[in-house]
Amino acid sequence: MAGRVFSFMDLPDPHSVGVAVAQRAGFLEPLILKAGKTLASYELVYETYGTLNAQRSNAVLVCHALSGSHHVAGYYADDPKKVGWWDNLVGPGKPLDTDRFFVIGVNNIGGCHGSTGPGSVDRATSRPYGASFPVVTVEDWVASQARLMDRLGIERLAAAIGGSLGGMQALQWTLSYPERIAHALVVAAAPRLSTQNIAFNDVARTAIVSDPDFHGGNFYAHNAIPARGLKLARMLGHITYLSEDLLMEKFGRVLKREEYGFNYEVEFEIESYLRYQGDKFAQVFDANTYLLMTKALDYFDPAKEANGDLAGALSQAKAGFFVASFKSDWRFPPERSREIVKALTATRKRVTYAEIDAPHGHDAFLLDNPHYHQLVAAYMDNVAAEVGAGSRREPLAAGTSELEEMRGYGGGGKKA
Amino acid sequence: MQRYDFELIARWIPERARVLDLGCGDGVLLAGLAATHGVDGYGIEIDDANVLASVRNGVNVVQTDIESGLAQFDAGTFDFVILSQTLQAMRNAESVLLEMLRVGREGIVTFPNFGYWRHRIDILRGHMPVSKTLPYSWWDTPNIHLCTVKDFEDLCVKVGAEILEERVIHEGRAIGFLPNVRGSLAIFRFRRKP
Repeated sequence: MAGRVFSFMDLPDPHSVGVAVAQRAGFLEPLILKAGKTLASYELVYETYGTLNAQRSNAVLVCHALSGSHHVAGYYADDPKKVGWWDNLVGPGKPLDTDRFFVIGVNNIGGCHGSTGPGSVDRATSRPYGASFPVVTVEDWVASQARLMDRLGIERLAAAIGGSLGGMQALQWTLSYPERIAHALVVAAAPRLSTQNIAFNDVARTAIVSDPDFHGGNFYAHNAIPARGLKLARMLGHITYLSEDLLMEKFGRVLKREEYGFNYEVEFEIESYLRYQGDKFAQVFDANTYLLMTKALDYFDPAKEANGDLAGALSQAKAGFFVASFKSDWRFPPERSREIVKALTATRKRVTYAEIDAPHGHDAFLLDNPHYHQLVAAYMDNVAAEVGAGSRREPLAAGTSELEEMRGYGGGGKKA
Repeated sequence: MQRYDFELIARWIPERARVLDLGCGDGVLLAGLAATHGVDGYGIEIDDANVLASVRNGVNVVQTDIESGLAQFDAGTFDFVILSQTLQAMRNAESVLLEMLRVGREGIVTFPNFGYWRHRIDILRGHMPVSKTLPYSWWDTPNIHLCTVKDFEDLCVKVGAEILEERVIHEGRAIGFLPNVRGSLAIFRFRRKP
């Protein structure tokens, strides 16, 4: 290529897993759901990074949150800008070091990134499931993930890790399959949603179902998407994922124009930002999946079956736990993580708890806070030693700066 | 800093005891006790760097403030609750001692003895003491509740603690004669008065 100027951008990033390839696994054995319904068959789409060792002891499952996917790390050959949602954490030399661990990302059932969900075609009717897709729970996801582990020949996970709703799945793994998981990393999560959290979710759902284009969940048949409702839901969610201080710092009261217009147009930068995020999200995300994910959040409550006794519910776990929260997170605040820690210490579980001083709010779990990443790295180093996954080939790689992660509108979409 | 108190603590802790280490620092005491005595338990630590160091040392560390964090544990959860060279930095030393007596069968407290003769001389010369066990200047010290061996004995009486063992040492040597004058580091083992 004559005249081409080489830059660092042309060099492959040694700390990226590189090109990711999505794979599919079909399951014909019916999945009996907590709701009492049955999913006759389903497909899971997943990605893996690193290599499963001979003892099959180094597998780490990454569980995604509300809007995440199986695309955890790396990028696609035909879409190099589509970088995985936890790429800053997962890769060679990174905190979750793919030189030593075999990392699996899976799109949950009911999702909209390739696994069977409301937008998939129901074989029984040859039409999209739409409103007929059953409500699935965290327990159901974990059961389906366990079947994928069976398929991959993984008897026991070295660890499951997730933030927010993903953290709930990691926690549930230790309860559903205590023998099949050595460690759970539960980040920015809660043992169950607070009343306020359920309230936020209900407002989001109401925005979606009251959009005329929702058509009772069967909008696919009408060739419509309830973009207005989904946009509103995302705008609301997005506010709650960030701290007040961060919003103030990023946007303040800055106006798009110099003076007030004294009208109802978009005037403040924050309005513009939220609408942009909402529009972007509504184009790519499925409204039924949003409903389903928020319901899974609402229903998660392991203590319920133990008459509200969380310690009793968690007593069956055999894993070691890493629990972390962020001081500025008001959607899943530190007090909620401390409830998990209190229950775990009451039943003499191995647990480490860190309360991280990050300014970003709930989204901090996705960002590259050096202290947070060092903690995860240190914990995973211990896990590696325990499961015989070896030691780091090189010192922990420094990540991209936080500012880069948080940069304006075009930056990597927030997923929480 | 050489931690002479750790050696004594290690002698007092039986095999497989359940231990809570308040202000566990980098976790070396717990990591050592786990390796030599097979103890299990938790470290409590507030400082970010110490929490990270504790994780690196393979210690179960819970990041919280000691004074509020003890409330999360039920009565009698631990065989031993250790507070090594941290008492003097507590806002309310009395309530911390009471909490130790509540969550643990026995408590171990170590602290720099303010009655150590060098400290007394510093005071006589008109200055706040600065020494190996009290390395800070008065204006940047985290130590807000310093006490002497006798003061601590009095507090034990007040909170209903029965002293089981009491050692005063200086640079690793036990001080039997005039301990409150010649010893720089005090180590107490106590339990709730039966």
